[in-house]
Amino acid sequence: MIIAEGLIKEYRSGGRPLRVLDSVDLEVAAEDFVAIVGPSGSGKTTLLGLLAGLDEPTAGRVSLAGHDLSLLTEDERATFRASNVGFVFQTFHLLPTLTALENVMVPAELLGRRESSNGNSARVWAASLLDRVGLADRLDHYPAQLSGGEQQRVALARAFSGEPKILFADEPTGNLDRATGDHVVHLLEALNTDARTTLVLVTHNLSLAARARRVVSLADGRIVPTTESVPE
Amino acid sequence: MKVGFTGRLAWREGRASYKRLGVYMASITLGVGALVAIHSFQRDVTRALDDESRTLLGADIRISSNRPLSAEFAPVLDSLLAAGAGVARTLTVASMISDLRSDRVRLAQVKGVEPGYPFYGPLETDPPGIWGRVQEGRIAIVDPAVLIQLNAEVGDSLRIGNSTFLLEGTVTGLPTELGLQTAIGARVYVGFPRLAEAGLLGFGTVARYRTNVRLPRQEDQDALWADHEDLFQGVQVSYTTAQGRAEDLTFAVGALSRFLGLVGLAALLLGGIGVASAIHVYVKEKLVTVAILRCLGATQGSVFNAYLLQSAVMGFLGSVLGAGLGVAIQFVLPDLLAEVLPVSVVPRVSWAAVVAGLAIGVWVSSIFAIGPMLDLRGVPPLLALRSDVEPVRRRDLWRWGVNAALVLTLVVLSIFEAPDLATGIAFAGGLIATGLLLWATAAALMRATRRFLPASASYSMRQGVSNLFRPQNQTVAVTLALGFGAFVVGTVMQVEGNLTRQFTLEQGDGRPNVLLFDVQVDQASEVEELLARAALGPIEFTPLVPGRLTGINGEDVETLAERPTAERPDLWALRREYRHTYRTEMSGSEVLVEGTWWPDAPRAGSGLPLVSIEEDLAGSLKVGVGDRLTWNIGGTEMETEIASVRTVDWARFETNFFFVFEPGSLDRAPQTAVMLARIEREDQRARFQRELVDAFPNVSVLDLSNLQNALDTILSRVSQAIRFLGGFSIGAGLIVLAGALATSRYQRLREGALLKTLGARRRLIVKILLAEYVTLGTLASATGLALALGAGWLLIEGLFEFDFEPLVIRLFVAWLVVVALTVGMGMLGSRGVLGRRPLEVLRDAGG
Repeated sequence: MIIAEGLIKEYRSGGRPLRVLDSVDLEVAAEDFVAIVGPSGSGKTTLLGLLAGLDEPTAGRVSLAGHDLSLLTEDERATFRASNVGFVFQTFHLLPTLTALENVMVPAELLGRRESSNGNSARVWAASLLDRVGLADRLDHYPAQLSGGEQQRVALARAFSGEPKILFADEPTGNLDRATGDHVVHLLEALNTDARTTLVLVTHNLSLAARARRVVSLADGRIVPTTESVPE
Repeated sequence: MKVGFTGRLAWREGRASYKRLGVYMASITLGVGALVAIHSFQRDVTRALDDESRTLLGADIRISSNRPLSAEFAPVLDSLLAAGAGVARTLTVASMISDLRSDRVRLAQVKGVEPGYPFYGPLETDPPGIWGRVQEGRIAIVDPAVLIQLNAEVGDSLRIGNSTFLLEGTVTGLPTELGLQTAIGARVYVGFPRLAEAGLLGFGTVARYRTNVRLPRQEDQDALWADHEDLFQGVQVSYTTAQGRAEDLTFAVGALSRFLGLVGLAALLLGGIGVASAIHVYVKEKLVTVAILRCLGATQGSVFNAYLLQSAVMGFLGSVLGAGLGVAIQFVLPDLLAEVLPVSVVPRVSWAAVVAGLAIGVWVSSIFAIGPMLDLRGVPPLLALRSDVEPVRRRDLWRWGVNAALVLTLVVLSIFEAPDLATGIAFAGGLIATGLLLWATAAALMRATRRFLPASASYSMRQGVSNLFRPQNQTVAVTLALGFGAFVVGTVMQVEGNLTRQFTLEQGDGRPNVLLFDVQVDQASEVEELLARAALGPIEFTPLVPGRLTGINGEDVETLAERPTAERPDLWALRREYRHTYRTEMSGSEVLVEGTWWPDAPRAGSGLPLVSIEEDLAGSLKVGVGDRLTWNIGGTEMETEIASVRTVDWARFETNFFFVFEPGSLDRAPQTAVMLARIEREDQRARFQRELVDAFPNVSVLDLSNLQNALDTILSRVSQAIRFLGGFSIGAGLIVLAGALATSRYQRLREGALLKTLGARRRLIVKILLAEYVTLGTLASATGLALALGAGWLLIEGLFEFDFEPLVIRLFVAWLVVVALTVGMGMLGSRGVLGRRPLEVLRDAGG
C-alpha cells in the first residue's frame, strides 16, 4: 500500500544543507498498522509528511496505493489525498468556523460525493460516524464549544468519513490526558478494523506504539532496529 | 466537483468571520456611496437642464450683441416673423436705482423688454398677472431681491436714470443669469423704450442687446444660423440656441461633478486600502485552516476561489450599503450646491448610477482583495503538521497580473471619472505619487519616532509607542489611510483659505472698493469732487475710449479675415470692440516684455501715435513692436504704431487693458471714465451712492464688497462640497483604523491582562493606550498635512498664481480633529482591555 524508497529530505539551515531524513526505505502492506517512533527531531513528522504527499522529498520516491507521488503535481496530490488519505492531528485541527457535523462532511464535500459507499447521504453518513464516536448530541456544536477529547473524536470521524485507504495520525493523543487518550485510541482501532484502513501513526507514546502490528524507529533521520530505538 | 464545496466553504467561513469581514465591507461602502451620489446628482442636473433648456433662454434662439442689430438683419427678422416666429428684443444696462421712500440706492441690472418676452418659462408675478403692465408706461417689476436690497415695497417710486417708475410687483421664473453676473445686481424690468427715455444709453454705456426668437418649429434652432452664417459671422453677434445653452451648462455641471467624482474615487481607493489591509490580516489568520483543507484534499484553486467568492459577496454587500448611502446623499447635494446650480434640481434615484456604483465597488474590493489573497495559494499542507513551515510567497505571473490590473483599474477609473483624458491620467499619476509620498513620509516618521523617542520618556509613552510596532501591526496602512484623508481635507482647506485671503487682501487696507463707471467727460471733475469728500486716499481715474480695429500694416481687417486660417490673425481679435485707455505710467499689474514704454525724448521714425499691446493679444493678432494698427475711434480713422509688448495680470482687481495709448494721443476722442476709490465704511458708501445718483443719475457704482460676497458664497459652497466628500476619505481612514484595531484586539487584550497581572493599574493602561493613539493620530495627520501644505503651495502658486501662506491654525485644528478621532476610535476599540479581568483573558489565551 505504501512504498518509500531512498527518501532523503534536506532543509537549508544557516546557508548549509541540513539532512533531516537519510535514505529511508519503508514498505507498509494494505490494512497494516505501523507506528513510527523516535525522539524529538528524529524526523518522524517529516517522514509522515512525505509519506502523505504533503511535502516533496529531496531525493527518493513515495508510492501510495500504486500511485507514484513524485509524478503528481501539487493539486493532483491534493485530489489524490481527498479520495485515498485521511488525517488525525495532534492539535485536532478542526475547522473553527464549521460545526462538528460540517467538519465531518468536509471530505465528502471535497469529493463532491453525495453518498457514502453504503448508500447513505453525506449528512447521514457523517452523523452516523459522529454517533459512532459518541457525539450524536454534539452535531451542531462548534469546535470551541467542545472539549479536547471531543474535538479529537470529531477529527477521528472526519478522518474516516472520506472512506480513505490510508490513515495518517500524528500524535493523536499528544494533547489529551491519559484516560481520554485511551478512549480515542480504542475508537481509532475499532474504526480502523471496521474500515480495513492502512494506519500509519507517529507517536512518542510507547504504550500506544505497542498496539501497532509493527514499530518503525527513527533516530537522526535514519531507520534503526526497533530494539535500539528508545522512545522517550 | 468543487463548485458546491467552494460555495459552501465560502458561506461557512464568512458566517463565522462576519465581524472581520464587516470592516472590509464598510471600507468600500463610503467610496461607493460618494460615487453613486455624485453620478446620480449629475444625472439629476442634466435632466433638469434638458427639461428646462428653453426656459434657460426664454426663447429658442438668442442673438446678442453690444450694439443694436444692424440694418442687414431686418430682412432676416422680417422673414422669421412672416414664417410665424416670435421676435422680442431685450436690452440690459447696469444702472443705479433708488427707492424714493426708503432712500436706499443700489446698482441693478435694468432690463427693457419688448412684448412677448419671455416666450417660455414658468413666469410668475406677485401680484399675479401684472407682467404685461411694464409695456404700459413707467412701470417696473423687479426681482424679489430688489425689495430686500432697497428696503422697498410694492407701490414705491423707483428712480432709474432720469425717470421715476412705479414699482408694480415682483417676478420669478425668468431666465436666470449665472455666476458673477448676478453679483452686479438684481434685475429690474421695464418696457423696452423706457431705457432710452431715462437717459441710460449715453455714450460709452455698456449695454447688452438681445433679440429673442421663438421658432414655429424647435428643430430649426441651427437652421437659422446655417442659412445666414455669413451675416452672423460678419458682424460681432453671438448666436445662442436653447439646446446649445443646455449643452454648455450640462458640460459645465459635468465638469464640476466629475471633479467631485475624483474626490469620491479617492475615498473608494482608500476603501481599497482598507480592504487590502483587512484581507491581509484575515489571510494570516486563515493559514492553518487552509493547510488543513489542503491536507484533506482541497486544491489550491478551490480554496482560493472560496475566499475570493467570500470577498466578492462581501464587496457586493458593502457596495449595496454604499449605494443606499449614495442615494441618501444625492438628496442632500442639491441644497449644498444650490447657489452654483443654474436650475432647480429634483433628485430622482438613478438606477444606472446605482448599478455602476455596485459594479465599481465589487470590482475595486475584489481587485484589492486578490493581492493579499494570492498568498493562500502558497500555503503548504505541511503547515498543519508543523508550525515552523513558511508559506511560499511566489513571484508568479498572477501576482504581476493582479498588480497590473490594480494600476489599470486606478487609471481606467480615474479617466472614467475625470473631465478629460489628460486630467484622468494626471489624477491617476498624482494618486500613485501621493500614495508613494505618503508611504515614504509615514515610513520616515515612524522610523524617526522609534529612533528619537528619548529613553527618558515615561514608561507609558515608551510602551505606547512600541505598541505601534508590535508584530503584524497595521501602522503603515492606518497612517496611509488616515493620512490620505487628512491630505485631501487639508489641501482643500489650504487652497480655500488662501483664495479667501487673497480676495480679502484685494479688499484690504487702502485697496479700492468702489468702482464708478459710465462717467461722462464733462461730469468727471464734479464726480471726482464728490468722491473726494467720501473717499480715503487717492482716486484712480481711468479714461475709456471705445474703438475698433480697421487695418494692420495698411491692410484692411476684412481682407485679412479672408486669408486662410493659419495665416490670418484670430477673428475675435480682429473684430471685437476694444476699450482703450491712455496713461503715462505702467500699472502695478503690468510688466514690459519687449520694446520701450513712452520714450522721453522726441523720437525719430514714423511719428505715429504709440500704443502698447498685451502679450497674448499680440500673438492672436500676429503683430509685434513696430507694426502699425489702424483704428476707427468715434468715427475717425487713426493710425498707430506698436511701441511695446507687455504682460498683464488679469487676476488683479484693477482696470486692465489690451491696449494702452500714449498720453495725448486720444485727448480729443469721445470717451467716458471709470474711477476706483476706497470708501471705508458701509454707511459712507451708501450715502455716497445716494448723493451720486441724485447729482449724476447716469453714473453707476459697483460696490466691490457685494461682488466679494458673491464670490465668497460660490467658493465656500464648492469647497463645502469638496470637503464633504473629502470627509469620506477621513471616514474611510477611520474604518481602516477600526479594522487594524480589531486585528490587534486579541493581542492588546493579552498585553493588558499581563500588565494587570504584573500589577499595572487601570490608569497606567489608559495612559499607554492614549500614548499609542495620540502618536498614531499625529503620525497620520503629520504625514497628510505635510503633503497638504505642499499640494496647497503647488496649487496656489502654480495654478492660481497667488502667494501661498500656510494657514497654521487650520493645520493645528485638522491635527487636533484627526488625533481626537483616532483616540476616540482607539479607546472605543479597546474597551475590553480595560474591562476584562486578567485571569479570564489569560485562561482564554492558554486554552
